[in-house]
Amino acid sequence: MSAKAKTDPMVPELMSISVRRKELADTFTIELDPGKAGFEFLPGQFNMLYAFGVGEVPISISGDPAEPESLVHTIRDVGAVTNALSKMKKGDQVGVRGPFGSCWPVGEAEGSDVVIVAGGIGLAPLRPAIDHILTNRSKYGRFVILYGARSPEDILYMNQLQKWRGRLDTYVDVTVDHAGRDWAGNVGVVTRLIGRANFDPRHTKVMICGPEIMMRFTIKELNQIGVSKEDIYVSMERNMKCAIGHCGHCQFGGHFVCKDGPVFSYARIESLLQVRGL
Amino acid sequence: MTTKFTTPQSVIIGADQLDRLIKALSGLGYQVIGPKLEDDAVQLLPLTGADELPLGVVEEQAPGTYRLKPAKTPAYFDFTHGAHTWKQYLFPPKEKLWSASKTPKGLVIDDSMDTPKYAFIGVRACELAALGVQDQVFVDGEFASTPYKERRERVFIVALNCRRSGGTCFCVSQNTGPNVKDGYDLALTEITDKAGHRFVVEVGSSRGEEFLAKLETSQANDTDLKVAKKAVKKAAKSQDRTMPANTADILLRNQESTHWQDVAKRCLDCGNCTFVCPTCFCSTTTDETNLDGDTASRWRQWDSCFTLDFSYIHGGSIRRDGAERYRQWISHKLTHWHDQFGVSGCVGCGRCITWCPVGIDITEEVKALAKGK
Ligand SMILES: Cc1cc2nc3c(=O)[nH]c(=O)nc-3n(C[C@H](O)[C@H](O)[C@H](O)COP(=O)(O)OP(=O)(O)OC[C@H]3O[C@@H](n4cnc5c(N)ncnc54)[C@H](O)[C@@H]3O)c2cc1C
Ligand code: SF4
Ligand code: SF4
Ligand code: FES
Repeated sequence: MSAKAKTDPMVPELMSISVRRKELADTFTIELDPGKAGFEFLPGQFNMLYAFGVGEVPISISGDPAEPESLVHTIRDVGAVTNALSKMKKGDQVGVRGPFGSCWPVGEAEGSDVVIVAGGIGLAPLRPAIDHILTNRSKYGRFVILYGARSPEDILYMNQLQKWRGRLDTYVDVTVDHAGRDWAGNVGVVTRLIGRANFDPRHTKVMICGPEIMMRFTIKELNQIGVSKEDIYVSMERNMKCAIGHCGHCQFGGHFVCKDGPVFSYARIESLLQVRGL
Repeated sequence: MTTKFTTPQSVIIGADQLDRLIKALSGLGYQVIGPKLEDDAVQLLPLTGADELPLGVVEEQAPGTYRLKPAKTPAYFDFTHGAHTWKQYLFPPKEKLWSASKTPKGLVIDDSMDTPKYAFIGVRACELAALGVQDQVFVDGEFASTPYKERRERVFIVALNCRRSGGTCFCVSQNTGPNVKDGYDLALTEITDKAGHRFVVEVGSSRGEEFLAKLETSQANDTDLKVAKKAVKKAAKSQDRTMPANTADILLRNQESTHWQDVAKRCLDCGNCTFVCPTCFCSTTTDETNLDGDTASRWRQWDSCFTLDFSYIHGGSIRRDGAERYRQWISHKLTHWHDQFGVSGCVGCGRCITWCPVGIDITEEVKALAKGK
């Protein structure tokens, strides 16, 4: 008795790399060709990417949702699978499952101000939201992008940040933790940029992605200036082996980060974030 | 089209029919799995006939203890469950998901699979409840596991009403047993009295009804039914372990209790409790490549939340100490499961208590937390 399981959600689709681009010393972008059908997704969703013989890891989609003909991922080389992906060239095949998970509240945010706070590689999962908002710019109020990187050499999407900064309808502020003398910009943590940005704390949606510690401090600062918990959204990171609610690895209290998240409103997870080791 | 199944009257089969039952199921192409003695324990293994079933054996179970002993009555099913669970057949400990091969035209994925057709003999009420719980995880959600679903749909279930409870059972308190309610093809209740060694058979599906024609049956009389019912009631009464009714709440209120440190001092992080639990569903994936590097396969394999790796992300594990890991296990099982699936993740089978090498008792830990210890 042998049956074919074509539709099993654990079986990936193979896609070829059409563009490979180095972003930073340890970070690169791959664009995959999803074929004629394109690859529809919502800003904030992620895919499981498989490197032949090595394994599969969750990676956010970082391209423009209005351009589904190319599937874009920006990846930091930190371990076995991401390293194997970093070595792939144009034409190589990657296994793709997705898109999975919840999205940034770009719909709910219409009509209010929007503040993006990103740290390091955390800008990648937020870029589709930024693209979406800029494409539909008139639907939103003030638009603020705050970004923190370790050093000037670690600033991701530098060209795009400059382009966004050049727009009159978008406020962009960047800071780094450490810098040499030739850096004329801000030095310090990203939370310091919040106070001087101009937005209405009572009519704004904030979207945060970065290291958990950075998200905690950002939330604290936002609470102090009067942004309500319901208006703050974060993207959570947990170990993920399946992305379909079967493997149990991503559990966070009663949530499966892979399907209930990765984007959560802070109001939903506040009590969980306060307990160590959940 | 589905027609509603209405239960016909119960019938009686003689104990000698058990062999016929196993062989007839084999004849229909089922791989028959049932209790068998191996390594001084009752295990769930392939059966070819009733002579392989343990006859006249019971076991002693207590926290950290499992021991077989001869029974006073030569019954087939007076022992209760051992460390094995049916999940190891429907959700195998290690299973190939698919493989990919390098060809001149690029990678090719092979996701063909074998779906065995199982017949399970002697599925107890708590275990039926556990199958239902795993169905919710693997079939009823947004994504269904194809291999699980296919095996599950094919399985023929001969359930069993327990007339004896094991030393760590608390199914009564979890409202799952000891009498089976639904989800079976046939259900047996064993009777060993002066009138002979026999089974009351209840039919739970049209498939079961059809199959019953292959056995020699007789009408069950009132005495048979009364004897059977009484025996199961006695098993229920004998359970002294209970889980507090407001367990979900107790755990939620005590996430930062110092008691977690106390459990961590005893717990060895061995993960036994998760592997013997019939509802635990966590798994990991592993990759294997053949020697020439041309074919790589992906495997799904049972995993346990008691390992450090389980919650690893770049920069370190989320649950670094044992206290956090035990808290995760029991909180998921008894609290978060309600949020996720609307039921408790514990069916009260007692396996985690029996097979914990240091005898940690899930019901006692909840009670200790409730007392704010
Ligand atoms: C929803 C989500 C979106 C993500 N988006 C991106 C992205 O856009 N770009 C990017 O560079 N990284 C992203 N990450 C992090 C990325 O998944 C990890 O860096 C990656 O899993 C590391 O795997 P590795 O095998 O290279 O590292 P190793 O250190 O060798 O990891 C071993 C295993 O641990 C697990 N693991 C390790 N780190 C993480 C982690 N941070 N998160 C989850 N599992 C981990 C994986 O299962 C991995 O296979 C995302 C993570 C999540 C959960
Ligand atoms: S938690 Fe323990 S008693 Fe409950 S179902 Fe699992 S093994 Fe059985
Ligand atoms: S509770 Fe017992 S069985 Fe479970 S991990 Fe700890 S020592 Fe092992
Ligand atoms: S990643 Fe497997 S359950 Fe969420």
